[in-house]
Amino acid sequence: MLKINNLHASIEDKAILKGINLEVKAGEVHAIMGPNGSGKSTLASVIAGKEEYEVTEGNILLEGEDIDELAAEERAHKGVFLSFQYPVEIPGVSVTNFMKTAINETRKAKGLEDMPAKDMLKMIREKSELLEIDRKFLSRSLNEGFSGGEKKRNEIFQMAMLEPKLAILDETDSGLDIDALRIVANGVNKLKSKDNAVIVITHYQRLLDHIVPDFVHVLYNGKIVKSGGKELAHELEAKGYDWIKEEVDA
Amino acid sequence: MSLKEKLVSSFMAFEDTVDVNSSVHDIRTEAIKTFEAEGFPTKRLEDWKYTSLNSILKHDYSVFPTIENDIEFKDVKKYFIHEIDAYKIIFIDGKYASHLSQTTHDGLDVCLMSAALTKPKYKVIIDNYFNKIAAKDGLSSLNTAFSHEGAYINIPKNKVVEKPIQIIHFSTGNEAAVMLQPRNLIVVNENAHVQIIERHQSLTDNPVLTNSVTEIFTNKRAIVDYYKIQNDKQSASLIDNTYINQKQESLAKVHTFSFGGKLIRNNLNFYQNGERIDSTMKGITIIGDKQHVDHNTLVHHIEPNCESHQDYKGIFNDSSTGVFNGKVVVEKLAQKTNAFQANNNILMSDKATINTKPQLEIFADDVKCSHGCTIGQLDESAMFYLRSRGIPEKEARALLMFAFSNNVMDSVKIPELKNRITKIIAKKLGVNIGFDL
Repeated sequence: MLKINNLHASIEDKAILKGINLEVKAGEVHAIMGPNGSGKSTLASVIAGKEEYEVTEGNILLEGEDIDELAAEERAHKGVFLSFQYPVEIPGVSVTNFMKTAINETRKAKGLEDMPAKDMLKMIREKSELLEIDRKFLSRSLNEGFSGGEKKRNEIFQMAMLEPKLAILDETDSGLDIDALRIVANGVNKLKSKDNAVIVITHYQRLLDHIVPDFVHVLYNGKIVKSGGKELAHELEAKGYDWIKEEVDA
Repeated sequence: MSLKEKLVSSFMAFEDTVDVNSSVHDIRTEAIKTFEAEGFPTKRLEDWKYTSLNSILKHDYSVFPTIENDIEFKDVKKYFIHEIDAYKIIFIDGKYASHLSQTTHDGLDVCLMSAALTKPKYKVIIDNYFNKIAAKDGLSSLNTAFSHEGAYINIPKNKVVEKPIQIIHFSTGNEAAVMLQPRNLIVVNENAHVQIIERHQSLTDNPVLTNSVTEIFTNKRAIVDYYKIQNDKQSASLIDNTYINQKQESLAKVHTFSFGGKLIRNNLNFYQNGERIDSTMKGITIIGDKQHVDHNTLVHHIEPNCESHQDYKGIFNDSSTGVFNGKVVVEKLAQKTNAFQANNNILMSDKATINTKPQLEIFADDVKCSHGCTIGQLDESAMFYLRSRGIPEKEARALLMFAFSNNVMDSVKIPELKNRITKIIAKKLGVNIGFDL
């Protein structure tokens, strides 16, 4: 599904990612953990195609195809989805119309006709139920005045609508109370299949109790310094990151 | 010969073609004298600091075109909001085009200025209202001097006009260059309600300069919704002088959509002569190339307990220039005034310019007045957010611009008009997506 080879990326000549290697296969869930400033969100943004970051070395392959040169929207059309840590507020655009535009632009890119309004409504209804989203919420301006939990739930709603092959959840658990966390995790689990993959970026174990990873990686100073199974997350929760820093810096 | 000299020397000939004995003869004569003294405004005037008329005054305009023109409805249908049943007052090169129009005298007057200025039955209205609020500056005086044709609308007491009224001025460009002086008078009596859509449209690339004056009177509790569509060719320029005199509890709303034309200057003036009046003016300006759009607004709060709302959005591409000069005067008597003004702009290019200037003159001490202007670029993080959901760059940009101007669109009360404006904007932004935000 996703293969990242020796990825180096920088912003304004400051190197953030310094040689990432990662392979994610269909059907897998990978967790990326690490201390603040280690490059987790940068990695997510670089995979999604944020232009401010420059890939200076290495490459990103999605289903064998090099996607480095593709624009963010082209990556989205190929099935990459990023759930934002800080979803952007866009006053004046309703959630529903945003989703309609996103889906129909993706269909257009694939040479398909617009989705019939009836199907769109049906899909919106199903997916909003999955995320326990009130219908009134869908006619509000995108993220404007949403609580932290509403924003994150809305991100996963969008994921449900767009049905990506590769979903990257960037600190989706931050700002969520325990009920919202359960709803979000439940949504992600229902969307998981043998044909798609999920990368969960988080600081904490608690999301991983709900979305159980197959692999856990520790990102530190722009590199993956340790990988393991789900038990690694428990170890990090118990011991913090200092022992890893010491191991690496030694 | 300069344009000014040409206009002044044409006045006698013009008066010969209209009725010299009419009651407005003295008004016209006075006006041409004022124009002769004042001339066209220059950048030396504070109100014209950022807008120079030089580039549009250099053409050798035909002052009162004589060539009769026929255009067929099918050729100009797209400039009408044709999806709705409407009264229509249509002019071609300043002359009334009956075959494109639908006027009425059935319970209300939707007809021609030329008739109102000459027929005895309109004399009382003309005496009471004509040229009563138009400014005595150079441009409005010029229009008054040559005032002859335009829309005359008189809505009687308690009449709610179901159908909107469309006023369209076409120019055919059959002459090398033409200057038009349309003059509209709109009287909305007590408790009446009317919707008006105005448009000026050139059909060729020959230069057109329109210097329009509209006087609107909203009497007690009357409601006027006025929409101006300014989407003309790059060879056409418009100076729109609109004056609105409001009586107590009346509601006047003017939306100005400025998307095209070489130079547009909107002088939009509200005078509140009564209590609990609401004056609203909103605008969306989206221009590019070397286009220039100047919104010059005035709200004169004279009596207590009134409101005014101004909301202008501007998006400027290429080397275009925008000007917003919003003046709010609150007289000493006008306590408890609420006056709001917002002007938000997005500059899409390094060469685009916006000059924005709020001007508040407040002489009362118990009022709420606010103003705010912003100038910015499109939010890059919002762009990435939209694109990461599969919305291509151009469409994402368009979506953000639509969102930016959405609260102006919100108050457009005619769905077909709203739809049309949306389509014009989409076309301007080069996208093909249905934004029913």
